[in-house]
Amino acid sequence: MLLINCPYCGTRPELEFVYGGQAHVARPPDPSAIAAQPWADFLYMRDNVRGVHAERWRHTHGCGRFFNALRDTTSDRFIATYRSGDSAPQAPAADDPRVAP
Amino acid sequence: MQRFSALSLLGHALTGHRGWQPQWRRASPKAAYDAVIIGGGGHGLGTAYYLASEHRLGKVAVLEKGWIGGGNTGRNTTIIRSNYLFDESAALYDHSLKLWEHLSQALNYNVMLSQRGVMMLAHTLHDVQVIKRLVHANRANGVDNEWLSPEQAQQFCPPLNIADIRYPVLGAALQRRGGTARHDAVAWGYARAADALGVDIIENCEVTGIQRNSQGAVEAVQTTRGEIRTPRIGVAAAGHTSVIMKMAGVRLPLESYPLQALVSEPVKPVFPCVVMSNTMHAYISQSDKGELVIGAGTDAYTSYTQRGGLHISAQALEAVCELFPIFRRLRMLRNWGGIVDLTPDRSPIIARTPVPGLYVNCGWGTGGFKATPGSAHLFAWTIARDEPHPINAPFTIERFRDGYLIDEAAAAAVAH
Repeated sequence: MLLINCPYCGTRPELEFVYGGQAHVARPPDPSAIAAQPWADFLYMRDNVRGVHAERWRHTHGCGRFFNALRDTTSDRFIATYRSGDSAPQAPAADDPRVAP
Repeated sequence: MQRFSALSLLGHALTGHRGWQPQWRRASPKAAYDAVIIGGGGHGLGTAYYLASEHRLGKVAVLEKGWIGGGNTGRNTTIIRSNYLFDESAALYDHSLKLWEHLSQALNYNVMLSQRGVMMLAHTLHDVQVIKRLVHANRANGVDNEWLSPEQAQQFCPPLNIADIRYPVLGAALQRRGGTARHDAVAWGYARAADALGVDIIENCEVTGIQRNSQGAVEAVQTTRGEIRTPRIGVAAAGHTSVIMKMAGVRLPLESYPLQALVSEPVKPVFPCVVMSNTMHAYISQSDKGELVIGAGTDAYTSYTQRGGLHISAQALEAVCELFPIFRRLRMLRNWGGIVDLTPDRSPIIARTPVPGLYVNCGWGTGGFKATPGSAHLFAWTIARDEPHPINAPFTIERFRDGYLIDEAAAAAVAH
């Protein structure tokens, strides 16, 4: 089970959280003003990164807040968690021990 | 190809089994092919087989970054069924089931198809309504499915506990033509038959780039074993599809999640069919080795690690123990995971892409094994003719833009 560091509550087990998918996928401000493909891109198309992935989590059985995380999907190690609205911290270098070789 | 038969087995037995040859060549990449399939699982190997046998496309290669069948093909819970709700899905999966029914003969390789029946349990009023609707839809589409009372369900599967549980069994749907097959065998059977038709099966060959010409069409792949020129690429890379398609600048509605499975210690034959429970979140059958093969839902987050959290498997085991009390003292032997590429509507994509010469077969999520022969057959058709077969025509990338989703989330038989 993953241990996830909620920016508000600290490190808690995975069971307290719900996964929120890829982070920083901006909702178009006026959906009726855009074409079908950009709307489909927002709804469905994802990077599905093999490597350092910026994603959302929600601490549903805790503070209830959304927050973001950087996690390496080749090792499931968390590199960082950060508050909603903040931009992603710098992705670590390839030789950073938190990143899988 | 050394054909298998009672006579050939006897002949080899009499010569001490020293005459067996490798079932497929350990091929090295040529400089060019008429088609390259990326992904050496059941779907990819089957596609190459049908390209060679039905379409006589020319020189075909399968590129596999590891060993063939080592991905999801080797990690699934071997269930085969075609009891999906929508017309498009029923056609797709039943096309596959019909191919399964003659596959051992077609490939001269025993894939160990066992049509022992797949039973889906109803535990709530909602389940009863949804599953009865499914039975009616299947029968309207010519797919066998029937409604059983709780007692009939227990008669069909004696270890089933129908009453003394938190969510009693209120009935079940039974597809008698459903069942299991040996997952490795279908990969090896297709590999052997494809190799015999001249397909090069190239292992330890990871694709690192897709090269396009000035018109944007495919012209070559870069791999860890060199460059290979080809005008046609079929991507059948399951959980790694996004990684490959990114090399061609194509973004897909895919997310790759871990899906776990586990097997128990082997016991004598006690479990006669496949049982799936949406509400209680587990599915189970007994392999010919005697192991109970158990699976559940995906882990909650995307991952390429081929493993997940123990709590997911534990939840499936709790469901199994409640439904089948005789299994409570069985020890579990092995637990593993695969990488399943999920689409938003839980239906696959078998289609051309915006890149000329590039075709993709993906998004099978938790339900790809049952579709192996059908998927391979239809993908080969699409690649050879540069247009889909009527059965896979609805399964496009564009359906997500145009709103023609084929929403089979409930069909996966475990609650999402």
